[in-house]
Amino acid sequence: MQNNTRPKFSPEAYELIQRIIKRYPEGKQKSAILPVLHIAQAEFNGWLSAPVMDYVAGILSIKPIEVYEVASFYSMFNLKPVGKCVIEVCRTGPCWLMGAEDVVKHIEKKLGIKEGETTKDGMFTLKTVECLAACGTAPIMQIGETYHESLSLEKVDSILNDYKTNTTESISHWDKKHIAQGLKE
Amino acid sequence: MGRQLLIDNIKDPVTGALTGINTLEGYRAHGGYKALEKALKLKPEEIVTEVQKSGLRGRGGAGFPTGMKWSFIAKPPGVPRHLVCNADESEPGTFKDRYLMHHKPHLLIEGMIISSFALGANLSYIYIRGEMMVQYHILQKAIDEAYAAGLLGKNILNSGFDLDLHVHPGAGAYICGEETGLIESLEGKRGNPRIKPPFPAISGVWNRPTVVNNVETLAAIVPILNMGAEEYAKIGIGKSTGTKLISASGHINKPGVYEIELGVPVEEFIYSESYCGGMKGGRKLKAVVAGGSSVPILPAELILKTAKGEPRLMTYESLGDGGFATGTMLGSGGFIVMDESTSVVKNLFNFTRFYHHESCGQCSPCREGTGWMEKILHKILDGHGTVADIDLLWDIQGKIEGKTICPLGEAAAWPVAAAIRHFRPEFEEYVKNPGKIKDVKHYYRLNNLEPVN
Repeated sequence: MQNNTRPKFSPEAYELIQRIIKRYPEGKQKSAILPVLHIAQAEFNGWLSAPVMDYVAGILSIKPIEVYEVASFYSMFNLKPVGKCVIEVCRTGPCWLMGAEDVVKHIEKKLGIKEGETTKDGMFTLKTVECLAACGTAPIMQIGETYHESLSLEKVDSILNDYKTNTTESISHWDKKHIAQGLKE
Repeated sequence: MGRQLLIDNIKDPVTGALTGINTLEGYRAHGGYKALEKALKLKPEEIVTEVQKSGLRGRGGAGFPTGMKWSFIAKPPGVPRHLVCNADESEPGTFKDRYLMHHKPHLLIEGMIISSFALGANLSYIYIRGEMMVQYHILQKAIDEAYAAGLLGKNILNSGFDLDLHVHPGAGAYICGEETGLIESLEGKRGNPRIKPPFPAISGVWNRPTVVNNVETLAAIVPILNMGAEEYAKIGIGKSTGTKLISASGHINKPGVYEIELGVPVEEFIYSESYCGGMKGGRKLKAVVAGGSSVPILPAELILKTAKGEPRLMTYESLGDGGFATGTMLGSGGFIVMDESTSVVKNLFNFTRFYHHESCGQCSPCREGTGWMEKILHKILDGHGTVADIDLLWDIQGKIEGKTICPLGEAAAWPVAAAIRHFRPEFEEYVKNPGKIKDVKHYYRLNNLEPVN
């Protein structure tokens, strides 16, 4: 969190956003709201605070309420602080048939948190999400942009241990490497 | 196994290694962008006619003839038109588009350039699920390659045709797979579906004429151009022409994406080594949801054979045979297989919770009805249900179907109706023997629900 300081995108992110806005016809820059909010979530610790949403509204020349109503509609946007790794376990249909419930229970026990909560050290938040379109390799969970598929409880342990050891900053769906590398968008 | 037109050449048939067809170079080495060269020499309306002749039907779920959908696009002078690819693959049980975009992004891009040319669109978008960020960046890289090679941008291959193509991420909302919800979302709003008419072909994104097509539909345009509509139409049976990607999941030995020639018998699809490889652990087949979570579930005897006793085939018509009384739908091709250990009631609870979660909330029958169905199913699962609750479920689903702006209402109602229609004794078992029921308190926490009294 940036407390009282105003949010500000990194120069690479700002440039990327300007390129994305140009994908839409003139005057239709509001269309860029979803990609811009994804980038904002990547830049500002994995969640969207009111000052961040106001900042995005300013960049897109729209009213703050237009950002709030969108941010609150889509399930990928976090409106509360989250851990560095947000674990999103698919709970729908085929994943459920293949044992998603056990995966959720196992993670809850391992991390000592309930679904929706964050560990005390701020490392993990556990969420359940709806079908991630990888039913052939169920059960699955997503962390950042990465799908971890064909899970077993042992595999879950080793994945979470890896993240615990190697994570230094917050991981988002729009991975920071795609901002920092300055990929031509 | 039949012909593969969409997901061919991804892996080496001998070594199983990836062929590199995800790059422009690799795609061209396998004949990529030949269909585009052919198409740009035709008149746009000739391409529309070809697609009509091919018999191609929308692969997203509804199965509407693609050529006919294209022929509806309005052409008011001076108003830009748009093609939008629906890559918001969210129907539970469906994962074919993600696979296709991951491995063959250029097939979709080539299909979109040809289709945009046919429709007279100079600015097109791929609306991809936000969760599929990996594929978003794969597509972006492929689009960059296509621009650099003169396949996108101004005067494509010296044809005089200009096209800008962009990829646009969603952010987690099943409803954005509905075409007008998708259009609202592309405009930067909540994904609330619009009242139709006007249809998108008349007034779509930014109130301009718009065609929205599924990933697989647009990819299929490429083989149709390559082989000719007549050859394409020879594949399949009757009005189910061509090949279809089937996402197979659940209790089978070999889950995954399969390309079938429409017309493969369901029994062969489940038990043949070429496809699902039979039931996991040799257990007995109990039920199948054949076309994504929204289509009616069928018990083993009705999915393998129609009510008339004929073998059930993987076609729009055969799966639909008998209407909803004894049939189902091909839908998106999300083929979910359940063995004898599966509780149909619990599975239905899982699906119903999904629709409740994903209802956009615009229409009361869907917003309230999905919530009540979830609560009542929970009550039954929790051992507090009565026979009257089963009838109440039936009543509620009937009051959602056909009474909402978009088909999410039907999508939520049909699974409930079908489960009760074919598995009512199982619901009664839950009601009469509450002691048998395992702990489902877990779900309360998942949903922050209050216990039902």
